[in-house]
Amino acid sequence: MIRTVQEINEKIKAGKAVVMNAEEVIKFVEDNGVRKAAETVDVVTTGTFGPMCSSGMYVNVGHSKPRIKIGGGRCTLNEVPAYTGFAAVDIYLGCTALPEDDPRNKVHPGRFRYGGGHVIEEFVAGKDIRLVAEAYGTDCYPRKKLDTLINIRDVNEAVLFNPRNVYQNYNCAVNLSSKTIYTYMGALKPRLGNATYCSAGQLSPLLNDPLYRTIGLGTRVFLGGGIGYVVWQGTQHNPDVKRKPNGVPAAPAGTLALMGDLKQMSASFLRGASFTGYGATLVVGVGVPIPILDEQMLLHTAVRDEEIYTQIVDYSSAYPARSPDTLGEVNYRELRSGRIQVNGKEVLTGSLSSYPRALEIANQLKAWIAQGRFFLTEPAVCLPGPDSGVRFKPLNERPVVAQLPESFVQEGGLR
Amino acid sequence: MISQRLVIKYPPRLIDKPVLCRLTRDFNLDFNILRAQVSPETGGLMVLEVSGEPASYEAALQRLEAEGISTQMLSRDVVWDESRCTQCGGCVSQCPSGALSAAPGSHLVSFDTNKCVACEYCILICPVQALQIHF
Repeated sequence: MIRTVQEINEKIKAGKAVVMNAEEVIKFVEDNGVRKAAETVDVVTTGTFGPMCSSGMYVNVGHSKPRIKIGGGRCTLNEVPAYTGFAAVDIYLGCTALPEDDPRNKVHPGRFRYGGGHVIEEFVAGKDIRLVAEAYGTDCYPRKKLDTLINIRDVNEAVLFNPRNVYQNYNCAVNLSSKTIYTYMGALKPRLGNATYCSAGQLSPLLNDPLYRTIGLGTRVFLGGGIGYVVWQGTQHNPDVKRKPNGVPAAPAGTLALMGDLKQMSASFLRGASFTGYGATLVVGVGVPIPILDEQMLLHTAVRDEEIYTQIVDYSSAYPARSPDTLGEVNYRELRSGRIQVNGKEVLTGSLSSYPRALEIANQLKAWIAQGRFFLTEPAVCLPGPDSGVRFKPLNERPVVAQLPESFVQEGGLR
Repeated sequence: MISQRLVIKYPPRLIDKPVLCRLTRDFNLDFNILRAQVSPETGGLMVLEVSGEPASYEAALQRLEAEGISTQMLSRDVVWDESRCTQCGGCVSQCPSGALSAAPGSHLVSFDTNKCVACEYCILICPVQALQIHF
């Protein structure tokens, strides 16, 4: 151990912490060697900016006069349905929610121009949002209808709460079929017409701490332009995948559940998005600082695009059928070069995650730390690691049989 | 010599008139049709690359206007909203004309209207609706 998180925070307070982004540290290690670099660098900042469908916000809209119990009723925000199964005026809007009258994929491919992610972007930007609610009415909450504008300034709490963000690595998607397909990895042209990928690679948070040594519950992060926290492992967290000798997974692996005060965030880093033929979502900006506790952490953060591999997956057949087949491995340097080889064919590549914005986030976080405005945290609990036994389970369907009450069966009801 | 990409629109009454061939016959201009849409209800809409002597080009535009044909630079009709663009670069590999490109190293996206052929594919695939077409 070279330094502790506490010692790093003391240096941040004194304005003496040495902070680099995950791109700069690569060059620094090349020029100075691992030992000197580990002794010099206190913190490495990472970033990512990509579509993350398991994102949403909860809002306490305040109590109307007379009161209404939206809980258990129905409500929409700019016509996009929000979840009401909480207390009277707490609602949750997921970013993939769509207006009731959106035609979806009835005329394929649908456009999904406006959904939950777009409402969140507008709400964060300070625009008025129309809240329409229907309730059943109770003695203490007599009101049955509500139709009003709300604004992020006026609501009690507005919290971004994302059950799954920041995937540690992701598939490279292609299409082997004979027609264009429209997926969450974008439009994929037939017969290997193009390939898409979605990771900030060498800048991506969990690829710089591949074994989750420093990122865990309670880790303070840059979230959507404000400050957020890791509140759990993300859904589908899957540490048990094939890894390279550097510890970096060669397939989608760990994920983070994140949470933060939406009122501090910015629409520049929370952007509503539409995937033709697929749906609406939210593009989320996240940055995670990594404390350089020892040489091993420094080596992890110095990982380069060419050392990070992922799988090429056919989204016309293997992916929808949940087949484990892949068409080979490719690294992020190759993906970022704009062309890769798949089945002997040269295929153009395109990214869904923004590398320039990921770098901007890593630099913003670096500036916050350098200015003494952002301090590092030690995880309260570490995320489940490769040896934790946590695995990504499929849904094994079981036939539904009518459930008869046991007493009925005992009394010989079935004859 | 100049070369411009133009959007021309003409009313239904002109759809059976040989409008474009006059650009060559009367003004000695070359034109290349990048896109054409003609119907008796809405008239005609074409995206052309027109090249020739500047004086002839100007005179030809005036003649078209006089006949009720509107002309507009393509660059004013296909708009890349840089503030909306998230610089993901997803459009770059899909743009058939190379109008959308990413700088090596920085991966920053830029849009060159002079290369655009108005195929509208980017409009279908840009997740944040950063590209718009105003025909």
